[in-house]
Amino acid sequence: MCLAIPGKLVELSNENGLKMGIVDVNGSKTRACLEYVPEIQLGQYTIVHAGFALKIIDEEDAAESLKLWQELIESGAFQPDEPDREPPTFESL
Amino acid sequence: MKYIDEYRDPELARKLLDEIRRTATRHWTIMEICGGQTHSIMRNGFDQLLPDTIELVHGPGCPVCVTPLESIERALLVAARKEVIFTSFGDMLRVPGSAKDLFMVRSEGGDVRILFSPLDALQIARDNPSKEVVFFAVGFETTAPANAMAVWQAAREGIKNFSVLVSQVMVPPAMRAILSSPANRVQGFLAAGHVCAVMGYEEYEPVAREFHVPIVPTGFEPVDLLAGILKTVELLEEGRAEVVNRYGRVVSREGNLVAQKIISEVFEVTDRQWRGIGLIPGSGLSLREAYSHYDAEKKFDVSHICASESPLCMSGSVLQGVLKPDGCPAFARECTPEHPLGATMVSSEGACAAYYNYHRNFAL
Ligand code: SF4
Repeated sequence: MCLAIPGKLVELSNENGLKMGIVDVNGSKTRACLEYVPEIQLGQYTIVHAGFALKIIDEEDAAESLKLWQELIESGAFQPDEPDREPPTFESL
Repeated sequence: MKYIDEYRDPELARKLLDEIRRTATRHWTIMEICGGQTHSIMRNGFDQLLPDTIELVHGPGCPVCVTPLESIERALLVAARKEVIFTSFGDMLRVPGSAKDLFMVRSEGGDVRILFSPLDALQIARDNPSKEVVFFAVGFETTAPANAMAVWQAAREGIKNFSVLVSQVMVPPAMRAILSSPANRVQGFLAAGHVCAVMGYEEYEPVAREFHVPIVPTGFEPVDLLAGILKTVELLEEGRAEVVNRYGRVVSREGNLVAQKIISEVFEVTDRQWRGIGLIPGSGLSLREAYSHYDAEKKFDVSHICASESPLCMSGSVLQGVLKPDGCPAFARECTPEHPLGATMVSSEGACAAYYNYHRNFAL
């Protein structure tokens, strides 16, 4: 029931007095009601639940946390404690 | 894919796993509330990849799983009526009632339709003025904005042949119920990211204080989940019972105020039965008096329906984090996704189905 993937707003419309739009979620287009994100602009990303856009993705926050994580990777702060241990596999990622 | 690929970076995930391993000095039990997160945890094998010190238990955050049997029975009765077009999110159709499910009602001639949005049910109502269109309004705070808007819009347009069968539930009262139980093992929570997108996380702060548990809102991607687990472990190790947001791109402290406004315009707080768990006071939403003519329970007089569960099913313990799915004697024997005994096996978000689909170690 939870569609966790954000989509990009590609079209705006009005239906029966409600602000609506088309959101492109990884190539598949879904209709979404935009009444709960009235300030949304074309090209912005949003999460959609049960046919409603609930939040515009905060680009600034996303960029900031990615920068922090990148620093963590580069700092080499995480060396495995047990180098002999089998590395985890991520075939499903 | 923007906002996805970077949160699936295996290198970053490995680093976060290492950091969790280094941070945890003792055993901690952490519950993820949301069924979508349970699914992602099992799909990515985190139950196996996390150090033994971290035990994840799976919470009641799958709407399909906790919708009470009474509501399913009411849906079956309403959907079987000749004048009714019964509409629902797809995952509800396979949920077993005591004798049948909505798919069987449809095969017996009922007009049952799967929708992605309750607004589509309104359109069906406009197109079919001689029919009664009913939407099965189930779910958590994530579906409440959609269901509230459908009712609000129906009222605004004066649509009379539309109603909702409401079984709307909320997360914080369920967390309180879990934490208050003598059998509770949960020491920290991952809060459901999209529930918090709607409601914010202010309401979790008193829960954290009263029960002395850290609560960390996070998302669904591997990096989101691991960053959330890492933060929870840090807070546990430091003895800090705080709410710390790890899903800032989607969650703010106040949440979506427009959505909250419509929800409280249309709905009021009520006691609700949770399938497998029982009655949790103040844990649900029902239509306010001003909107009661949109209440399908009243319109079709099905409020009095009672129902009883399969005696084999232990999903109540699973949903409270007391029992792991593979600890249920019926798991993968009498109960499989093809022949589910309980709702936690029906939905792909249910803990039993997630274990069945992804768990590599269960002994048959
Ligand atoms: S495995 Fe089946 S019977 Fe056992 S708790 Fe899960 S849903 Fe119920």
